[in-house]
Amino acid sequence: MEMMSGAAMVVRALKDSGVKHVFGYPGGAVLDIYDALYAQDSVEHVLVRHEQAAAHMADGYARSTGQTGTVLVTSGPGATNTITGIATAYMDSIPMVVLSGQVPSKHIGEDAFQETDMVGCSRPIVKHSFLVKRAVDIPMAIAKAYYIANTGRPGPVVVDLPKDIVNIQEEHPYEYPDEIKMRSYNPTLKGHSKQIKKAVRTLLEAKRPVLYVGGGSIASDASEVITELAEKLKSPVTSTLMGLGAFSSVHEQFVGMLGMHGTLEANKTMHNADCILALGARFDDRVTNNVEKFCPHATIIHVDIDPASISKTVAVHIPVVGSVKNVVEQLLNVIEDSDLAEQNEKVSDWWEQINQWRSRKCLEYKKDPEQIKPQEVIESLYKHTQGDAYISSDVGQHQMFAALYYPFAKPRRWINSGGLGTMGFGLPAAMGVQMANPDAVSAVVTGDGSIQMNIQELSTCLQYNLPVKIISLNNRALGMVRQWQDMIYKGRHSHSYMDSMPDFVKLAEAYGHVGIKVNHPSELDDAMARCFAEKDRLVFMDIAIDQNEHVYPMQIKFGAMDDMRLSKTERT
Amino acid sequence: MRRIISVLMENEPGALSRIVGVFSQRAYNVDSLCVAATDDPSLSRLTIVSHGNDKVIEQITKQVNKLIDVLKVSDLTEGTHIERELMLIKVATKTELTRSEVKRTVDIFRAQIVDVNAKNYTIQITGTSDKLDAFSATMAEHTEIIESSRTGVCGLARGEKALRAQ
Repeated sequence: MEMMSGAAMVVRALKDSGVKHVFGYPGGAVLDIYDALYAQDSVEHVLVRHEQAAAHMADGYARSTGQTGTVLVTSGPGATNTITGIATAYMDSIPMVVLSGQVPSKHIGEDAFQETDMVGCSRPIVKHSFLVKRAVDIPMAIAKAYYIANTGRPGPVVVDLPKDIVNIQEEHPYEYPDEIKMRSYNPTLKGHSKQIKKAVRTLLEAKRPVLYVGGGSIASDASEVITELAEKLKSPVTSTLMGLGAFSSVHEQFVGMLGMHGTLEANKTMHNADCILALGARFDDRVTNNVEKFCPHATIIHVDIDPASISKTVAVHIPVVGSVKNVVEQLLNVIEDSDLAEQNEKVSDWWEQINQWRSRKCLEYKKDPEQIKPQEVIESLYKHTQGDAYISSDVGQHQMFAALYYPFAKPRRWINSGGLGTMGFGLPAAMGVQMANPDAVSAVVTGDGSIQMNIQELSTCLQYNLPVKIISLNNRALGMVRQWQDMIYKGRHSHSYMDSMPDFVKLAEAYGHVGIKVNHPSELDDAMARCFAEKDRLVFMDIAIDQNEHVYPMQIKFGAMDDMRLSKTERT
Repeated sequence: MRRIISVLMENEPGALSRIVGVFSQRAYNVDSLCVAATDDPSLSRLTIVSHGNDKVIEQITKQVNKLIDVLKVSDLTEGTHIERELMLIKVATKTELTRSEVKRTVDIFRAQIVDVNAKNYTIQITGTSDKLDAFSATMAEHTEIIESSRTGVCGLARGEKALRAQ
């Protein structure tokens, strides 16, 4: 058996787990591991400027590829700085492994320098965690961490490594497991055949069906089979914020995103449906609005890999536990082509109704000759990237504009913090995307509030030549907060504006990048073209937009799914 | 409604805190919690008494089951079951009258006096939580309760049903 130090084991176990990139920041407790990293070239380390960004980079890396993202940080503040990033990944079920240094075993519990109970701190926001106590256990803990992170419902796993067990002086036998078996962890991957038959019967009987697609559809790489199912059933398809791209947004059966800022046709379709097939979606409060009034006519079929997601907020009629991809394949196997003729005929009236809702054109907006509208920025971005870029987003109005006005034709192209709603996520996520996809276009849609939450990473971008395109919608305000204050607090803009905004162009230039300021609608198109012509440079586009624009449609609080405001003056 | 939930889990450090964490972070109630290693020392068995409506209890069992260290979860109150709790209770016995009254009550409840002192008796009693409550109440009528300690409920399903790793 090969002998090596604990630190060397960590690096070797990463390699054996298939890890190519690690995002991290060194410090006292992990110096031995960093020394082991220095001596090899199979795992590439990316030095960030703040550990939170390391977690978001690993997250963007994972979302765009499906591979587990990896973070390496020191104990204490290094570890706690990753907490927001871990919580972000946890809420969106993103596979991630966070290796954190820990003070030497004999000092644990003594309030030693840079000591934090990382396993305790992270417990509510991880899928699982390990505190490794012996060097010989390192390979198994790391192998298990990757296995747990990216099987079943994916999620972040923390591996806490006390300094004494990774020290480079002592050598121990290294043994990486051939396969992982855990008697306490066996996710159900295939749907129960009885439930599958029940689901198919319900789908074939439905006159007003809808497919409600969520992040689980992307996690299980189910796009192809979902498209096949939707086309067979001629059913409308809607998507959550997390599911965008799982079913092509340019497909004629796509009725748009649903929920709080969903389209009128998506929410109307849901509310009036007689059968909802939920695929890896979790009936989140930003989707359902008032659960008491949620979709009163529908028989709900819920496909989810996590049994705990089923009937958590909305009672479900036909639960199917399994991965979306497997279950949809099972559904397709049971559906007979001979049944479809009658079924397809039944849904034709449904489409007439849906097309009537569509004709309201709820996403139409009025351009202003003097001020740039946020919607036209996203449309211009779509045009100049041929709809084929990886679009990361921060959190706020710009996020909703991007989700609504950039149609995603493919999965894993829309990278955003849906569950936790983490401002500061966008730039590092887009960097992680760029690391994983060096030849692709990686852009981030952000705002003047969000971008300043992790702006230090402009420095990391320079160090690793990451030509991320930053599309910053600058409204000199925290737009979504301001919108709510306009709507609910009589326009009292309590602390939602920013005084003393930096000159973002100069700031970008100070970090060695290209900055472009856009003030007038007439400049937008050319500026966007210039931005994407700079293939090898990071470009920061600081775009002054109309401060008073609101995101519509918007559900009305306590109402049903389809109780919506369509503009500042119109309601459904 | 009161429920008794049995959990079989890996006997690993931190496993208990994960279970307790699920209850606190999701705002579920814990009325009592009883935990120890099983005949197989690699496993721990927990018995949690909680209350809530069917929807809440369903979520509790699912969320606990979701923990990586948990092998099996079962709601004992769904079927017939045996439940027991143990209490140690120290009561004042200053006069001959209280001594004999306490002794008589102990016999009636089939409890045992396990420690005797000049001024107090320590009594051990097992049974359902209701029985222990009744015993405490009766003792309080006769004398002063100095202190008491209860284990919380543990239980097993009746008949063939069993919570085992295999």
